[in-house]
Amino acid sequence: MSEISKYTSQAENQWCPGCPNFSILEAYKKAFVEMDLPPHRICMVSGIGQAAKLPHYLRCNFFNGLHGRALPVAVGVKTANPELTTIVSTGDGDAYGEGGNHFLHTLRRNPDITVVVHNNEIYALTKGQASPTTPAGEKRTLQVRGVDVAPLDMPAVAVLHHCTFVARGFAGEVDHLKDLLVAALKHPGLAVVDVIQPCITWGTRPVTWYRDRVRKLGDEHDPADWEAALSQTLRKEEEFPIGILYQSEPRPVFGHGYRESVVDGPLYRAMPTDRSGLEEILASFRPSGVSA
Amino acid sequence: MKDLNVVIAGAAGEGVQTVGDTLAAAISAQGYAVSTWKEYESRIRGGLNSYTVRVGEGPRNAPLEEADVLLALNRDAVDKYEKRLKPEGTLLFREPLKGRRMAAVDFIGIARDEIGRKIYANTVAVGALAAVLGMDLEGLKTVLVRVFSDKPEDVQEANLRAAEKGYQAADRACREVCPWTLEGAGGNYLLLTVNDAIPLAAAHAGCRFISAYPMTPSTGIITMLAKERDRLGVFAEQAEDEIAAVNMAIGASFAGARAMTATSGGGFALMVEGLSLAGMTETPLVVVLAQRPGPATGLPTRTGQGELLFAIHAGHGEFARLILAPSDPRDAFFKTVRAFNLADQYQIPVILLTDQFLADAKFSIEDLNPDQVPPAFHTADPSSVQEDYARYRVTGSGISPRLIPGQSEHLVGADSDEHDEHGHITEDLLGTAVPMARKRLSKMEGLRNEVLPPEENNLDQAEVVLVGWGSSRAALLEALELLADDGVRAGMIHFTELWPLPEYSFPGGKSYWSVEGNATAQLARLLRSEYGIPFQGHIERIDGLPLTADHIRRTFHERNK
Repeated sequence: MSEISKYTSQAENQWCPGCPNFSILEAYKKAFVEMDLPPHRICMVSGIGQAAKLPHYLRCNFFNGLHGRALPVAVGVKTANPELTTIVSTGDGDAYGEGGNHFLHTLRRNPDITVVVHNNEIYALTKGQASPTTPAGEKRTLQVRGVDVAPLDMPAVAVLHHCTFVARGFAGEVDHLKDLLVAALKHPGLAVVDVIQPCITWGTRPVTWYRDRVRKLGDEHDPADWEAALSQTLRKEEEFPIGILYQSEPRPVFGHGYRESVVDGPLYRAMPTDRSGLEEILASFRPSGVSA
Repeated sequence: MKDLNVVIAGAAGEGVQTVGDTLAAAISAQGYAVSTWKEYESRIRGGLNSYTVRVGEGPRNAPLEEADVLLALNRDAVDKYEKRLKPEGTLLFREPLKGRRMAAVDFIGIARDEIGRKIYANTVAVGALAAVLGMDLEGLKTVLVRVFSDKPEDVQEANLRAAEKGYQAADRACREVCPWTLEGAGGNYLLLTVNDAIPLAAAHAGCRFISAYPMTPSTGIITMLAKERDRLGVFAEQAEDEIAAVNMAIGASFAGARAMTATSGGGFALMVEGLSLAGMTETPLVVVLAQRPGPATGLPTRTGQGELLFAIHAGHGEFARLILAPSDPRDAFFKTVRAFNLADQYQIPVILLTDQFLADAKFSIEDLNPDQVPPAFHTADPSSVQEDYARYRVTGSGISPRLIPGQSEHLVGADSDEHDEHGHITEDLLGTAVPMARKRLSKMEGLRNEVLPPEENNLDQAEVVLVGWGSSRAALLEALELLADDGVRAGMIHFTELWPLPEYSFPGGKSYWSVEGNATAQLARLLRSEYGIPFQGHIERIDGLPLTADHIRRTFHERNK
């Protein structure tokens, strides 16, 4: 088995031929090869949308759940088994629309998971409606007179709330994206990677339009500088800085207190629970103070 | 002795709960069977709440409305709750009121003048109640020492003096109007609520994860697990909403932790998509649905049984589920363990239907032996599973061997889309989608053999059979006695396992009456459709208070004309 094919599943791919999602899939496999991650140590979690189908096309554990709900599932997975490299594959509609509330609260929790958002500024699976990231004024199949509400910039929100790893990638830059994924997966705590992924079926601009406007962040950008990160993250007019936008010292990850005090490691190994605590508490419900 | 019923009433924040809890513990410690129930308003301060303590020589655990003694902590409480006093009952209040059979004890004045701080008024009241009920002062003090054992020594000592002063004052004021004596009985009971029993049972069952959003009356469950994290070992997370709560629990369960969530009607409504997800992905899940009257926000702090049909039908699509409705804390302990075991065995969501009455009411229970319900685990042994593992292997029972991701080199895939045996999305309708749907639903056949038949009482003799479910059991049993006194030969059929319904045949020639805390006779509708039995009448209660024997008797006679 070649290194790459170790991560290739036999499931039939349902994406449009030529979709930039294939490049994101390739970047994942290259990242896994580089990190030498055993497939059974990976758990992909997704909701609904084209990005949410990606876990089917990788050879690893996966949970493909409900629209917008991948983040809470992933938080549960990672808590129950901290040894699983847990990755959420999601889109702009799934993560920033239907699951927007979970995105905000996942920033607060800081679970040790990586969230990769395929951001195509459109609802593709439901045939071309606006998404929370569609720029104002652009027409979509439902917004026929143009989107008349402001777009959301969730990577900026992530930086604002001190998510300790926020990056933006471009599906057309596979190796660059692979490097971002490796850095995100190695980062302890929540890592958010927003990936520009032009929709070739419903999108209003060709991939080349995006390619012309992508700018790789170089040494001039210090990812540890929060204010600089915030300004790079906020969408510039028709320019897409890609790279690690913000990375700071890791914070304590979700569930660390429990792991330090109660069970460190997968919870399936910890069952059943020790009975003495239960007996003590049960006895405290006997007002006589005399055991039965 | 005849059972005694004591009502403590006052505003939120005035000490109703503290006085009630302390009195209940003190009487229980004297060997009596105590049961309590609470009704309260949805506010933090003010309003009027009551805490009822029933005392007897054996555990009846049924709520009573009529009071022998009413302790009113303010004047409005006198006006609102006085009508619950029996004609021969006694009011205990801070000052004399004309035309009443009462004892006046100035709790606040005694606390302020004789103990030095008004804060001890509640303990003065407990002491006064103990005197009214004819308890032994030394026995009361022994219990108070234990109740206040975690307080500084001067606080303990002040509380003991406060109780003594209250006791002496009431003893002087009460000679004529307090005929009761509680000199001690021989029992030794656990005194706990269903919201105490469920988290303990969950931990015993091997639950390791709870995520929930605070919602009355379910909040006590996650609260106990969070507080007792180090002794019970359960990871507890307050989710941002009920949608997150149920999805987190499903994620944790998929990854190998026994997991649960708890909520009430409105939160459960948000969870139903997740319930369907648990059904489709065949992920074990335990959901506590603690009922309160709806619709929408309804009466947030009151009780009801309005979610039976909702629980049975909740979730889009068709999938197997189990619904258990415990009747008391002991039953809740056993059923909670059963819920985790069967959720794991059948890889389904299991709903535990409780209500505000059960959540808050304390019951006297002689013993609770966890060994009677050991946890049973049903995940497959990875060493016995072939390398090309298929999470959703089609089997005769509908149950596919379940592995935990990361436990072995096997790969585990789960999908909310219709899927093939490996968990991959399918559009193959006849070859894959139909067998998968049938596989999942065939688990209902196995479940039908697991569920327990209803409890019967006095069926042979009965002309009238009261049919109820869940929290009403003790009230139903007591109602049979009251109806017998009225010359009605009544029996009971009581369900605690409601979906799927067990094989059961209702005896013919009886007059069946459903007794339920809802307006639309949901159990009767369910039983009519599943068993085809006709109902003669319905006894409902929708005022947010628990079903009581008196209410059942009264309504039966009103309707049976």
